[in-house]
Amino acid sequence: MPVITYRDALNQALREEMQRDDRVFLMGEEVAVYQGAYKVSKGLLQEFGEMRVVDTPITELGFAGVGVGAAMVGLRPVIEFMTWNFALLAIDQVVNSAAKMLYMTGGQYNVPMVFRGPNGAALQLAAQHSQSWESWLAHIPGLKVVAPGTPYDAKGLLKSAIRDDNPVIVLEGEMLYNTKGEVPDDQEVLVPIGKAELKREGDHVSIITHGKMVLTAMQVADQLAKQDIRVDVVDLRTIRPMDIEAITTSVRKTNRAVVLEEGWEVCGVGAQVVDYIQRECFDDLDAPVVRVHQADVPMPYAKNLERAAKPDAAKTIAAIKKVMYLE
Amino acid sequence: MATKVVMEALSPTMEEGRLVKWLKNEGDQVKNGETIAEVETDKAIMELVARGDGVLRKRLLPEDTAAPVGQLIAVIAGPDENIDALVAGAGGGAAAAAPAPADVVAKANESAGASPVPRTAAQSQGEASTPPQEKVANTPVSAAPPAPAQPAAPQGGSNGGRTKSSPLARRMASDSGLDLQAVQGSGPGGRIIKRDVEAAVASGPPAASAPAAAPSAAAPGADSRDVPLTQIRKTIARRLSESIGPIPTFYLTAEFDMERVAEMRTAMAAMGDEFKVSFNDIVLKAVATALSQHPEVNAHWLGDKIRYFNRVHLGMAVAIDEGLITPVIFDADRKRMSEISKESRELAKRARDRKLKPEEYTGSTFSVSNLGMFGIDQFTAIINPPEVGILAIGALEDKPVVLDGQLVHRKRMRVTMSCDHRVVDGALGAKFLQTLRRLIENPLMLVY
Repeated sequence: MPVITYRDALNQALREEMQRDDRVFLMGEEVAVYQGAYKVSKGLLQEFGEMRVVDTPITELGFAGVGVGAAMVGLRPVIEFMTWNFALLAIDQVVNSAAKMLYMTGGQYNVPMVFRGPNGAALQLAAQHSQSWESWLAHIPGLKVVAPGTPYDAKGLLKSAIRDDNPVIVLEGEMLYNTKGEVPDDQEVLVPIGKAELKREGDHVSIITHGKMVLTAMQVADQLAKQDIRVDVVDLRTIRPMDIEAITTSVRKTNRAVVLEEGWEVCGVGAQVVDYIQRECFDDLDAPVVRVHQADVPMPYAKNLERAAKPDAAKTIAAIKKVMYLE
Repeated sequence: MATKVVMEALSPTMEEGRLVKWLKNEGDQVKNGETIAEVETDKAIMELVARGDGVLRKRLLPEDTAAPVGQLIAVIAGPDENIDALVAGAGGGAAAAAPAPADVVAKANESAGASPVPRTAAQSQGEASTPPQEKVANTPVSAAPPAPAQPAAPQGGSNGGRTKSSPLARRMASDSGLDLQAVQGSGPGGRIIKRDVEAAVASGPPAASAPAAAPSAAAPGADSRDVPLTQIRKTIARRLSESIGPIPTFYLTAEFDMERVAEMRTAMAAMGDEFKVSFNDIVLKAVATALSQHPEVNAHWLGDKIRYFNRVHLGMAVAIDEGLITPVIFDADRKRMSEISKESRELAKRARDRKLKPEEYTGSTFSVSNLGMFGIDQFTAIINPPEVGILAIGALEDKPVVLDGQLVHRKRMRVTMSCDHRVVDGALGAKFLQTLRRLIENPLMLVY
């Protein structure tokens, strides 16, 4: 099976869906001539032309709104935000137009579109450009939110998102684009929205995570395996609608859970996961669930402080030892 | 800063404690967590542990003297610290048994200078001032020595507070009929967690919760299986015992048609004297067969569990001059009618002759009592514990009954089953009698 980068997996997804359906078009800053700020759209302008691969001015609210309008009249736009930090400028279109149109028109207008781009912190991009927005976006009824952590899931989820008849948020990761993984080229790769995946099987403790933190969770599982601690890694893949059954199945097996996410603690995705666990698995818990997340501060620029603020393998291992009463 | 040592409530019902022995002298250096005295509560001997560092400046309670809960009994302080006010506040100290001043009682909880740690059985051994036997029996046994610095290890509810446990631990304990009060928690703050319950289950029921009145019974083995009591079983046992007495008994009466039994008996007798069997023999055989099909009533109540037997050892009550004895037909379900007939005759004779050996009248798993020969229509027999049921057999009578719309006379017999409701519920007893009816009304089933 070919091993490709996360970046190329997204590129394949866009190309395949644009070939499959000529209503699909890509729009955003630097997506065409420059081939994408992170080269996700490499070669698409050449293949599909400037009517379907559209460079925009630096006007996030504007091109997001153009996308919503295009979707309402039958096209299937893919709106790229150079990063989700810039999407704050467009959030009114995402939340008030895309997410609510179907509801407010009594079902007359659905909005089949994708908003995608890198989410979360990279390296030393400082407070304004190192943020994880999944809990904001997943908060909104009318949006679906996916956060693939592997090339396979990136391709499969982006393709499913483009085919979905309602707005889907795709959260990628700047630090993920160069990661590699197996993606088959002899079959169509589609990952259903709303389905988590057990990335690794263990019966001592569950890590429930998504996006870039899946890689951290796998590292942790590898390290702890040497100490005979068997970790179940549940990759949510979709934040909304969340696969509650995958969470509860794992926790019922292990009786202990650590919820790992890139973003802040307060009202984070992990808070929602913990709520499902306490509601569905109360009698299965042998320890309070522990969350691992970014420190409750704007991301520091200084390298040492940034490292201290980010969730990582060491913090996750400490959390696991806590829920296993090993500390 | 001075630390007060007060008499604490070391059991939920404790109102006063007797100071058995001081383990530190006045002037001794004591550390936080160190045992400074032994206190006898209404239940056990407990250790009193210092919760502050310093010098044991003043002992306010002489040995072998009782003090009400809350009373100041010692002061730990710095070597030169002035503790006069504290000591004076305790009422001079010498009047140890006098009620403590109200403010000391009120402050006892917030400034308690000592915390109770239950002693292990081993530590209690060799202590002279209470009968050793009682101490061992009353002292909770812990798997590991309690951490000295931990406040009020939650064991046996000894601090009167709640026992902390994870939801999973509670569920596991409930499923396995384990009393969490008797489990030592190894989690933070003494929380009982999964591994503690697993260890407790693996090591069997702790001594502290062993049933006081567990009746002697055959040891568990391949021929029986022990089932720990579930919560519902416990609740049924407790509630019904409150209602009716130590064995909450209820009674089920059924009237069986005995025509076919009579026909069979006549037919067998016609074949020769060696084939003669009594009605009672046939009933015994039928009961044994029914029991083998209903092991749920072939059981012993053992206080903390129920023992279900795979073998049927049928007790048969025999009236003797001195009273009553119940010899046992062992493996009655596997014996042929002729064997049961012969054995029951012999056992009854030997019983009346007072020739039974102990092993011949112990070990039954269920009993039958027959007063039919005295013309008793029906009666209720009293359960022979730890068995959970007994069947009372009435007289065989010709009776008018309606059969297929016709009034006919048939031979009928009434049986009444006494059931221990802690083990046998109504429907269970009824199902057993249903099986017994089928066997007795169709005695050919007995050879099936």
